[in-house]
Amino acid sequence: MPTEANVAVPATKRAAKPVMFYRHRLPVRIMHWINVLSFFLMLMSGLTIFNAHPNLYWGKDSNSVPLLSIHAVEGANGELHGYTTIGGHSFDTNGVLGASHEVGDAQLSDRAFPSWATIPGRQWLSMARNWHLAFAWIFVLNGIAYIAYAIFSGHLRRDMIPTAQELRNIGASIKDHLLLKHPSGEAVKRYNVLQNLAYLLVIFGLLPLIVVAGLAMSPRLDALFNGGWVDVLGGRQSARTLHFLAALGLIGFVFVHVFEVIITGLWNNMRSMITGQYRLPPQTHDKTEKHS
Amino acid sequence: MMKRRTREKQLQMQLESQPPRRRFLRLSLAALGATVLSACDRLTSNSTFVGALESAQNLSRAAQKLVTGRAAMAQEFTPADIRASFRSNGTIMPNSEQYDALLKNNFADWKLEVSGLVEKPMQFSLADLRKLPSRTQITRHDCVEGWSAIGKWKGVPLHHILALVKPLPDTQYVVFRCADPMDEDDDDDDSGQQPKKEVKDSTYYESVDLDDAYHPQTILAYDLNDAALPVKNGAPLRVRIERQLGYKHAKYLMKIELVKDFDHIRGGKGGYWEDEGYEWYAGI
Repeated sequence: MPTEANVAVPATKRAAKPVMFYRHRLPVRIMHWINVLSFFLMLMSGLTIFNAHPNLYWGKDSNSVPLLSIHAVEGANGELHGYTTIGGHSFDTNGVLGASHEVGDAQLSDRAFPSWATIPGRQWLSMARNWHLAFAWIFVLNGIAYIAYAIFSGHLRRDMIPTAQELRNIGASIKDHLLLKHPSGEAVKRYNVLQNLAYLLVIFGLLPLIVVAGLAMSPRLDALFNGGWVDVLGGRQSARTLHFLAALGLIGFVFVHVFEVIITGLWNNMRSMITGQYRLPPQTHDKTEKHS
Repeated sequence: MMKRRTREKQLQMQLESQPPRRRFLRLSLAALGATVLSACDRLTSNSTFVGALESAQNLSRAAQKLVTGRAAMAQEFTPADIRASFRSNGTIMPNSEQYDALLKNNFADWKLEVSGLVEKPMQFSLADLRKLPSRTQITRHDCVEGWSAIGKWKGVPLHHILALVKPLPDTQYVVFRCADPMDEDDDDDDSGQQPKKEVKDSTYYESVDLDDAYHPQTILAYDLNDAALPVKNGAPLRVRIERQLGYKHAKYLMKIELVKDFDHIRGGKGGYWEDEGYEWYAGI
């Protein structure tokens, strides 16, 4: 049923003229980019720390058979070869995982993650810890500030928590995503339900998990409540494994996030996260009107 | 005709423009990645920047002490958690004639010297230490590399020793001096002719503040898993600093020194690995 506003601006005219709207407020934009920077610095310095003992276990100590091991084996010719072993199955990952070339080196080095993925580039545990444990403060404080802002500004309630109706339409949203069909017109103003669930899972699932599992590796914090709380995560080595898995989950999120940013209009999305201004794509009528 | 050619040209241009744009995007991403990486490595060799990164450890130490409390106890485990062999790291056999001689005699001639800012410097034989009150604890050892091992330790709580030697009011830190030489000579020629060079402060050392020194779980351990401490784990005596990482738990103890500061010792950072760039505060 057409409302007065709809009559005043016919759809055809609206489509012809780009409509800008203010999508991201300044605090969100600032915190987003601080998060991007500190996430990548922590990820890459974390890989250097992992390289110092490239095995993951389940339990309190590291005396069991590793669940994951990234290692090099020296062949008969003395040449190293990289393998990744997961749950007893070995995969040839030479050149990337287990053994890889450091910049300018002709020979392979014995290192779990390659130097192009680590900070610092060469295997230097103490320096990686300096990076990791300093940016952890920035990452966590920024994250806490974001959650506080999201709650108190209404961002969480207004933009992030899906409505019951949106949740019921999740099937259609999944189909649209798989077909790379994206909402147009007014529907763009609101995050879609899958986007909402992904953000909520990251903000209230993966990020708290990675922080708590990280803190559980600290011997001093393990003494909190006179010890024992780390067993909730399965023990310190389990916590180390969960920390790693949560990082993998976040990498997965970043891949999907960046993919969606690119295919739904890289420059438009980038502008909206830098200046806040987002250009509404013109309404197309061949799509299901799931928000009406 | 003209119109059609223009249209074709446009289409062709569109087709051609796609790959270069993608290539541009890919190249710029790769260039961005390489720039960020080399920028990080450049920052890593900037001492002001690294100093700023390192200062975060003061924040971590303050926050951890505040949150856990000074007296917080490290987790203790049950006998079921103990494994047969306790992993060894770093020195597994000190390369020194002095240590060889002590080991030969089963440490009967070994004495722990406690000195520095104390009213009453003392020496303790292994038998003396075994006569003092002891504490037994099953704890987890966490290496900075990432592995963990659980073992049962028995030894004298350090606070008993401190009570005997009576620290002077200026005391701020307790320094542990060890038998294992760390600064090996560079000659790899294996001639075996050169006498061992005795370089000042060339052996492993560590230090803790008084919070950790007086902590009930800080013990001078002489037993591991109900047997005398093996050589690979630090015989005859090692310190347990249960709320910090493995490198603080100095092995092959020879001397305990109470000091006001450790600026004058070796690299001045308070420990062998600290001098190599690791954090003095290893609670994280």
